[in-house]
Amino acid sequence: MFDYCVDPQSLDGFYWWSCYLTTVKHISFYKSFLVVFALLGVTVPLILIFGFMGAVARQSKLYPIRLFGITYTSIVRGVPDIIFFLFVPIALDQGIEYLRHKIKCPDWTDPIRQGNDFVVCQLAKMPMGSTEQWIHETYGFFLAALAFSIVFGAFAANTINGAINAIPRAQIETGVAYGMSRKQIFMRIQFPQMWAYALPGLSNLWMILIKATPLLFLLGVQDIVYWARELGGTKTARFTYPHEDWRLGYFIVLLVFYLLLSWLSEIFFNKLTLKVTKGQATLSGMNNKNSGKSSS
Amino acid sequence: MTLTKLITGAALIAAFTSSAFADGHTIRMGTEGAYPPYNFVNDSGEVDGFEREVGDELCKRANLNCTWVINDWDSIIPNLVSGNYDTIIAGMSITSERDEVIDFTSEYFPPDPSTYVALAGASADVVNGVVAAQTSTIQAAYIASSSATVVEFATPEETVAAVRNGEADAVLADDAYLADIVNASNGELAFVGSPVAIGGGIGMGIRESDTELKATMNTAIASMKADGTLTKLIAKWFDGRSVEY
Repeated sequence: MFDYCVDPQSLDGFYWWSCYLTTVKHISFYKSFLVVFALLGVTVPLILIFGFMGAVARQSKLYPIRLFGITYTSIVRGVPDIIFFLFVPIALDQGIEYLRHKIKCPDWTDPIRQGNDFVVCQLAKMPMGSTEQWIHETYGFFLAALAFSIVFGAFAANTINGAINAIPRAQIETGVAYGMSRKQIFMRIQFPQMWAYALPGLSNLWMILIKATPLLFLLGVQDIVYWARELGGTKTARFTYPHEDWRLGYFIVLLVFYLLLSWLSEIFFNKLTLKVTKGQATLSGMNNKNSGKSSS
Repeated sequence: MTLTKLITGAALIAAFTSSAFADGHTIRMGTEGAYPPYNFVNDSGEVDGFEREVGDELCKRANLNCTWVINDWDSIIPNLVSGNYDTIIAGMSITSERDEVIDFTSEYFPPDPSTYVALAGASADVVNGVVAAQTSTIQAAYIASSSATVVEFATPEETVAAVRNGEADAVLADDAYLADIVNASNGELAFVGSPVAIGGGIGMGIRESDTELKATMNTAIASMKADGTLTKLIAKWFDGRSVEY
């Protein structure tokens, strides 16, 4: 990075550290923190969409849709996460390649499954074998994000379903008495209020999601855990910056990062709870009202 | 008009290059990147080591475009057979168990005895105690079939750390990997017991259905053996070890 970093063996103290901490590998480590945020940014909207659709499906009057909602939430919540995380990306990847193979290479006569091998024609490869490695990595990242969303979406669906059910029946009946349609009742009474009930569950889910992000590493995405382990490992004289086993130090950095993230989330959710419960006839809503008065 | 021609032309070229394989598509080389001197990620974040040089040279001779992919050791075989990359070049010994799932090229590194390392001053009995090894390696299988107790770890780094913190009495791994570690430990670690000869040589793992690539690589390996390039590379990365091919 710096000009004086040409011969690291001659350096010590501050200069050695300034060079060591700015190697290309360390820059990759710093960038991988963005991967965590990218994962959260991509998955959270998807989780809410999946959760919401799952919950609505479970409330549906049509039996097939209700059955689908129940199956989704029960199966995904029941199967160990790790199996899902390993299964979904591989199944998706092979499923997509299978379809592309059928479309792009109809003349292909060899079987796709040959013993243990999964063989599709070069054109059907997703991404194509000749594309840059970073595209492969991004593709893998999105498959992983989808797996996360499916799993956490099922939990969110259950939470949101519970929240919809928690809305006092009297209010629904009032809506009916006013002549509102089912849709209007949902949009005007259930939807705005359910957040207050869903929030504790959803904030739990968010915390678990933050803690689950290192699972990316299991899916082959080079995230902060990968780089911490890689950089912290013993570096023998074959490396430019030899050092002992420093994994503890790197993992402490990760610990601080995750604690900070959880702490900031806690603050955010407290504020959000105040906002969504405002004016509601619940304990939290009442406290909110009182505190609002005293401050004004 | 010209645009249509251009597009059909490009499509034709694409169709040809993908069917005629040797001069076109990229071969993705899967490696672990955590097992110096065989393969590791250097400070520039690139795959480096003995296998990087061998792999690049093989691709050059076979007239192939190659890119390097890092994959965890645990899932390195499943990801090969599902087509995420086309070769495994990760210090993988040729064994009959692995050969049932994937195919191997001829060896590009001779059978290498595995050695035990323990804290300096440990008695030779530690090899019969609790011994650390990386998961799904020939060493782990060897310890499991012996009278010693095996503890398995996902990465080579952790197997050595287990000896340092007392979780294991000794670690069993390829001699070349441990030699670096012992040298860098300032006398904290030492070789113990006698080396054990397990496993065949190291070969490149290839999908069983990919017979064409296997033949191409075998030809390239044979040519590297014949003109002494491989011998030179082994001497360079393994402290002047001399291997006759």
